[in-house]
Amino acid sequence: MENLIALLVAAPLLGAAVLLCGGRRLDAVGHWIGTLMSTASFVFGVILFADLLGKNAEHRTLIQHLWTWIPVESFQADVTFRLDQLSMTFVLLITGVGSLIHLYSVGYMEHDERRRRFFGYLNLFLAAMLLLVLADNYLLLYVGWEGVGLASYLLIGFWQHKPSAATAAKKAFLVNRVGDMGLSIAIMLMFATFGTFAFGPVLGHATDASEGKLTAIALMLLLAACGKSAQVPLQSWLGDAMEGPTPVSALIHAATMVTAGVYLIVRSGAIFNAAPDAQLVVTVVGAVTLLFGAIVGCAKDDIKKALAGSTMSQIGYMVLAAGLGPIGYVFAIMHLVTHGFFKAGLFLGAGSVMHGMNDEVDMRKYGGLRKYMPVTFITFGLGYLAIIGFPGLSGFFSKDKIIEAAFAKGGTEGWILGACALVGAAITAFYMTRVMLMTFFGEERWKNQPTRSPEAPSAEPAAEHQGEHAEPHPHESPKVMTIPMIVLAFGSVFAGFFFNLGDRFLHWLEPVTGHSEGDSPLSAATVTGATMVCLVIGVGIAYAMYGRRPVPSVAPRGSLLTRAARRDLLQDDFNHVVLVRGGEHLTRSLVYVDHTLVDGVVNGTAASVGGLSGRMRKLQNGFARSYAVSMFGGAAVLVAATLLMRAV
Amino acid sequence: MNPVNYLYLSALLFTIGATGVLIRRNAIVVFMCIELMLNACNLAFVTFSRMHGNLDGQIIAFFTMVVAAAEVVVGLAIIVSLFRTRHSASVDDASLMKL
Repeated sequence: MENLIALLVAAPLLGAAVLLCGGRRLDAVGHWIGTLMSTASFVFGVILFADLLGKNAEHRTLIQHLWTWIPVESFQADVTFRLDQLSMTFVLLITGVGSLIHLYSVGYMEHDERRRRFFGYLNLFLAAMLLLVLADNYLLLYVGWEGVGLASYLLIGFWQHKPSAATAAKKAFLVNRVGDMGLSIAIMLMFATFGTFAFGPVLGHATDASEGKLTAIALMLLLAACGKSAQVPLQSWLGDAMEGPTPVSALIHAATMVTAGVYLIVRSGAIFNAAPDAQLVVTVVGAVTLLFGAIVGCAKDDIKKALAGSTMSQIGYMVLAAGLGPIGYVFAIMHLVTHGFFKAGLFLGAGSVMHGMNDEVDMRKYGGLRKYMPVTFITFGLGYLAIIGFPGLSGFFSKDKIIEAAFAKGGTEGWILGACALVGAAITAFYMTRVMLMTFFGEERWKNQPTRSPEAPSAEPAAEHQGEHAEPHPHESPKVMTIPMIVLAFGSVFAGFFFNLGDRFLHWLEPVTGHSEGDSPLSAATVTGATMVCLVIGVGIAYAMYGRRPVPSVAPRGSLLTRAARRDLLQDDFNHVVLVRGGEHLTRSLVYVDHTLVDGVVNGTAASVGGLSGRMRKLQNGFARSYAVSMFGGAAVLVAATLLMRAV
Repeated sequence: MNPVNYLYLSALLFTIGATGVLIRRNAIVVFMCIELMLNACNLAFVTFSRMHGNLDGQIIAFFTMVVAAAEVVVGLAIIVSLFRTRHSASVDDASLMKL
């Protein structure tokens, strides 16, 4: 059975190689090859899952050693895969949701002439992501980590002819580099501390190292997680990443890649457990991000950016849970999986809306779409109910558990974190209701729109604009797109209930992550009640603001907070002022030092040698007799020196 | 006769030759002065050979004569061709090899 693990990675990798090297010949079938490879990987995943289920809980770890990658005496890096309950969960999520999104993309990217390449990149992403979660040591994990970063870069910038997409891709790549640096430093620290970076020895002997070292490693791992999972302070790239095609946003920037940071923290749980200071930082990062993302999500009019803010916020919940230690690890992963279902569904729904609306993303130009897109409306609606935590749906179970765990941390921290999580739940309910109301309810604001460029000077471009930006005719998307949405909606509805039935998800993951019940100051029922109150308040306010009043199709100026939130709470401005300007000043002063000091020494040496040579050149005057004088002089000196040495 | 006197003679001849090389401009005379220096050396070699009672110095003197003969051939050829092109045998006129 172990031998199947490599096939999980190999199938999409083969697909990527074939699609990217195959050239135009494959244009006609490329998308089906990509989908097939992804599905094949999913099938292998299911077979392995069935195999794991057949074993005892203690024996559910499969190791496949492929080859020794870097065999240096004390530095052993192996290509070894580890399939345990945690990676199995991820494998099923990645390949399952991934295959659905491949299928959806067949329809969504139908008119794109570079569709084959798109599927090649998607397969490359799957391979890298599977490598990330299957790796048995941190160095191999790092390979996958960089691979998903590369795939993310390629896919965000897929429509590279748009300058905004090209810039967004670069931004995502650069911000991710900061996090990647954290991971590489963490690996080096691990090697210095433990002499190895394989999961078994590092996590097994984590407590042998001093707490200071563990805290350093844990903080570096957290930095890595912040970069990949768009957590404060490395969150600025996620909103711009929405420039990529919508299936990419659904797969990479909602369901899988951005959760890699959570995986990293949960996988390294043993290190975090032994470094309580680092855990505190993790919870703070999670709590701050969950509020930050939620506030940003409230102000955005671009449907995808509103969902991106929501993603950031939901991952904030997961990071918060992961920072709580063994009380929270299982729930972080559970929320990750349910979030994978409903957020991917929501993004696919948004893509379907855009597909029917001439790629319009401004929600103020939507409205009343439920009549025209019934399937999209229902699936999006179920995803919506799941994310706000409507009782009985996935989000309800997973988010409720996280809020309970936050209170269970105990002490003042517990109260603060719990309160943040509750407020976050209210804001989630608000912004998701806002998205729902602006898109599917209310008046049809897309009718009788002024054309986008009414003052078009000449007749010809005007005619072109007429053709391109004529009044949209919303329509339901083809079956190839709606089927994945329906499947994901099923997941959004039932996954939470299924996982929670008899705590089966808890029992499944417990052998890997460990679990402990905290002693919560509040009873579970109280927390659930409070969550429900928050939910009702959030939905109520949103309904009062967007359901009962007409939505203006031009955004009102808004309060100071709204304007700040529209600009992503000034994160780009902050980065610009502090990092870009600061960096510019730093480089300028370095260039100055380089010019004056370093170049000064080098140029000075060269100039003095040059000057000296100029003088020496005069000796070369062409007169044979003057050369003869120097020869005689030299010979005389040598003889004199010899005699003197003799005399001494 | 004390062989050291031959060494004095050799040094004298060498000095004359060297002075001639340094101060004369006519290439032929410079050339003859060089020959003079060579032969001064030969005289010193032979004298040392006599003083030490072995043949090393005399052998080297023969070598010097062979080399000097070859050098005369080449040197005279250069001087003659120089004179043909420049109509002068002055060593200072041939000073083009400079920076």
